[in-house]
Amino acid sequence: MDLSEINFAVLVASLIVASTPLVLAALGELIVEKSGVLNLGVEGMMIIGAVAGFIVGVETGSAYIGMMAAAVAGALLSLLFAFIILIMQANQVASGLALTIFGLGIAALMGHPYTGIKSPQISTISIPILNEIPILGTMFFQHDLIVYLSLISVLMIWYFLTRMRAGLILRSVGEDHDVAHSLGYRVITIRFLAITFGGAMAGVGGGYLSLVRVPQWTEGMTAGAGWIALALVVFSGWRPFRLLIGAYIFGGITILQLNLQAIGVNINIAVLSMAPYLATILALVLISMSRFRGNRGAPGCLGISFVKTV
Amino acid sequence: MFKLIPRENVSPVLSLLGPLFSVGFTMLIGGILFYFLGVDPFAAIKMIFWDPLMSETFSTYSIPQIFIKGAPLILIALGLSVGFKANVWNIGAEGQYIMGAIFGASFALSLYPLESIMIFPTMVLMGIIGGSLWSMIPALLKVKFNVNEILVSLMLVYVAEQILALASLGFLRNPDGAGFPGSRNLSQYSSASNSELIMGTGIHLGVLLSLLMVVFFYVLLFRHSLGFKIKLLGNSPKASGFSGDNPNKLIFLCLTLSGSLAGLAGIMEVAGPAGQINIDFNVGYGFTAIIVAFLGRLNPVGIFFAGLVMALTYVGGELTQFMLNLPAAAIQVFQGMLLFFLLSFDLFVHYKIKLKGNK
Repeated sequence: MDLSEINFAVLVASLIVASTPLVLAALGELIVEKSGVLNLGVEGMMIIGAVAGFIVGVETGSAYIGMMAAAVAGALLSLLFAFIILIMQANQVASGLALTIFGLGIAALMGHPYTGIKSPQISTISIPILNEIPILGTMFFQHDLIVYLSLISVLMIWYFLTRMRAGLILRSVGEDHDVAHSLGYRVITIRFLAITFGGAMAGVGGGYLSLVRVPQWTEGMTAGAGWIALALVVFSGWRPFRLLIGAYIFGGITILQLNLQAIGVNINIAVLSMAPYLATILALVLISMSRFRGNRGAPGCLGISFVKTV
Repeated sequence: MFKLIPRENVSPVLSLLGPLFSVGFTMLIGGILFYFLGVDPFAAIKMIFWDPLMSETFSTYSIPQIFIKGAPLILIALGLSVGFKANVWNIGAEGQYIMGAIFGASFALSLYPLESIMIFPTMVLMGIIGGSLWSMIPALLKVKFNVNEILVSLMLVYVAEQILALASLGFLRNPDGAGFPGSRNLSQYSSASNSELIMGTGIHLGVLLSLLMVVFFYVLLFRHSLGFKIKLLGNSPKASGFSGDNPNKLIFLCLTLSGSLAGLAGIMEVAGPAGQINIDFNVGYGFTAIIVAFLGRLNPVGIFFAGLVMALTYVGGELTQFMLNLPAAAIQVFQGMLLFFLLSFDLFVHYKIKLKGNK
């Protein structure tokens, strides 16, 4: 074993790539949950995004068009969820699970002929001057467009939630839908929009997985990434910047265990593969312990159906 | 537009019709899906729902198979349904099922080739303990630190799958297996084999236990105060607290109970139909059982029939794979759709819908 084989700057750069699907999907879910809806179907929407993005990417030869298709596919699937919980008043937990089961099935069905094909390349965009900084340049300024977009979305979502009127309305709907309704806000419409946004983000996250991160289609390739994204939202205390840090920590653990596997460290591969999941549990425990008295940051109406009575 | 008026009492007729309509709608939309997959929809639907039961060529094999595949689904779904009633969401039954199998099989294989009448019952007990220990992790974390049980139980599925890989490639690997992954075959170890009860059918003790558990859970939920306490916790946590129940105890009980049953299903499967611990031992029963629990309306008798219907889609699904070349994933889509329809249909069970006149 030789730890010096691991290049730190390259490690951080690949950590960022590994985390980007999580950042995107978790940001989407953050907005959904802030509107008071718990969508447990992130895994399903991600895998639909992954398969749709991959198919369209391969067929058109453009990873960018693939990524857009991934967003559309994720959004479409989330509309199904939105309809079932907002119009049909179904239980959100169960409907989210159904969305995951359904999404995994559809994706396996669609992706079958595309197993083992290579995806089109996505070009990295080096940011001039900044990319020449030693070490930092390699870490942060030689990535593809989607990585930069994910960072910009963290900033934009933070701005939207804390500085914009529309963000305040979204939060008020999530905090108390009855009050928001009596103030004249369209609870159902706002939640529809939030869910669709969440679906599109999860879709892009999945598309990034199959087009850039892996890049290949294999059945069940999300391997729990959607669930880790859900855990990240809880971990972040529903705050975008903490979500980003959390995602990078998880990405770091994944990359570290992959690197350890690659250099043939004397730990069983199966044990190393458990690390991201165990880390997720540990993170959830730590965050719950630190604010045991009530979940600060959790929207008041999270997971509760809204029935218009007036 | 229309307006929703909550029903004072849940309509029993509608709550029975819901699952039936859902199956019907799923057949319809599923048929359209099959059409687009280039498969004759009528032939496919017939092969999934009719041929396993009625066709002379298939039914002698298929009918016992429905019970064999239904048993783990029913066992797991019964346990889950109790939690779901109390708003406790164990969705990691797949992991508990794996751990039950590994625990039980490890115990039995550690004694190989010793023969004793005590091995089988102890092995089953170890399976139950394995499943319940695995579910105790989310249970303790939920009760002690209020950690979300959905996420923890699900993360533990992935951990359990890695332990399964460790077991099949490492500590349980058959020393006489020429280096192939997988443990010794328990069916060739008579003290640990969950052998068939009716010759030539493959029906094993797990099938019988699933029937007994339906009765047990019926009594528990409808004839015992614990059943009432669980429902109270789900419907009105405040009232549950006022009546002096300790919600933490109930949450802990719900999770470990469902874990125990998943563990039981796991050990029955590994010592019976599966035969050995191997990388591909788990086939998603733990997740499908969630659908079974809802299809059965969280009612033990309902779950019994729902488990059989779902097992029918598995058996029929295998037929369509062989005969019509329908991809395996089509059945998963089918099952997901069924759950969507079920959940949507609940609207009509809980609300009356009135059209609002133009004002």
